[in-house]
Amino acid sequence: MKTTGTGNAEQETERAAADRSEPVEPGPEEHAAWMRAVAQERSKVAFARLFDHFAPRIKAYLVRSGSDMGAAEELVQEAMLIVWRRAESFDRAQASVATWMFTIARNKRIDAYRRMSRPELDPDDPALAPQPEPMQDDSVGADETAQAIRTAIADLPEEQAEMLRLAFYEDLAHSEIAEKTGLPLGTVKSRLRLAIGKMRGLVDDDLR
Amino acid sequence: MAATQSDNRKSANVDREAPGAAPTHHLSEELLLDYAAGVTDEAVGVLIATHLTLCPVCRARADQLDALGGVMMDRLTPSPLSEDAFDRLMARLDADAPGDDAPLRHDIDMRAPGGGRDGRGGDDDALMSGGGASDAVLPRVLQRYVPARVEDIDWTPIGLGVRRFDLSITGRSRATMLYVPAGRAVPQHTHEGNEYVLVLQGAFTDCCGHFGRGDVGIADSDLDHRPVAELGQDCICLAVTDGPLRLTGLLGRAFNRFVKF
Ligand SMILES: [Zn+2]
Repeated sequence: MKTTGTGNAEQETERAAADRSEPVEPGPEEHAAWMRAVAQERSKVAFARLFDHFAPRIKAYLVRSGSDMGAAEELVQEAMLIVWRRAESFDRAQASVATWMFTIARNKRIDAYRRMSRPELDPDDPALAPQPEPMQDDSVGADETAQAIRTAIADLPEEQAEMLRLAFYEDLAHSEIAEKTGLPLGTVKSRLRLAIGKMRGLVDDDLR
Repeated sequence: MAATQSDNRKSANVDREAPGAAPTHHLSEELLLDYAAGVTDEAVGVLIATHLTLCPVCRARADQLDALGGVMMDRLTPSPLSEDAFDRLMARLDADAPGDDAPLRHDIDMRAPGGGRDGRGGDDDALMSGGGASDAVLPRVLQRYVPARVEDIDWTPIGLGVRRFDLSITGRSRATMLYVPAGRAVPQHTHEGNEYVLVLQGAFTDCCGHFGRGDVGIADSDLDHRPVAELGQDCICLAVTDGPLRLTGLLGRAFNRFVKF
């Protein structure tokens, strides 16, 4: 389903060739390296590369979930400002860059459109229950997890993939997906459960 | 939908969890997915984040769903930005006073990168960490809505020793703290939608088993599903309804039922 290179000529010049064919497009390794350069060296070149890759996707995500173009542009700016300011806090063992970008974009969207901040646990909370030993094993990193997820959802039946798109892109809760599609709520739930079950299965296999 | 997964069911006679025991009644896939997608009401989000604080299992499940969101966003067809977008951003970066980073530093966290506290949530910051309060009962995410220490909560007595405190919260869903003396029923009320009850102190029992600190159960109008605080310690829980709450009949029949316990 992925297409790239949608005519942003200016940004495309230097990596146009790479963008035409997916396999050589910069992957998680490069993304993480750019993040490191931003965090450690405040590298604006690396930041520009992150911007080129992620900003148009963040914008696409915001537009899909209901932003008009102008609002989406502004939210992209704010999201990328957070990336710049908080680059140091990015922890590759915990999340891939794509995951981190998604959480930033999602929270920006919640701030702007739901007029609330998303309740989040405080990682420094003394009440935080520690991970049991087996789960602390970070030998398999977040990038591998993301790769397993990518594989899992690439193979999903269309009816399940569509439910995931409605859930993640269109700002719809389970009940609203049912309303919008005319499907029974039970069907929506079971398709999403199947999709996520498959993902969790592959990820967990991958961790063994 | 079931927020309760009772495969790891315990005897209903267990009076109290060992301190620090991990929750056994977890969040449903539906709640976690809606939270990851960012569509839960604030009240439901508070309950979820509170459970995630106390439950490493669901925390790992939630991280996987964030990763799914990352993959999903990465697969979107990019939407080109206006030509000057990057230049405008760089101008803003350059205007960023170095000091702007400072208040954020204690707050940096990959789970909360855009959590609304960036650069304009000074009040929240003060509330959440200014006091540095660590409370044995209330995780910090709750302390944004409730006085940090349980002793300081301005409870409203609603009879038979039961007390409530309504959280001030946006959205359709409602969140209420309940203080239920040991042996009493968690008060019943009618509502559309689901009601989730998360235990913060003590424990309760319903038909699905024993619920200790961190566990999430569903309360509905089915009396068999109605939680009763276990003996041994007064129970404090967070109750969230994801539909409009009707408070009529709060003290009705349900309150008389605890005698069976
Ligand atoms: Zn859990």
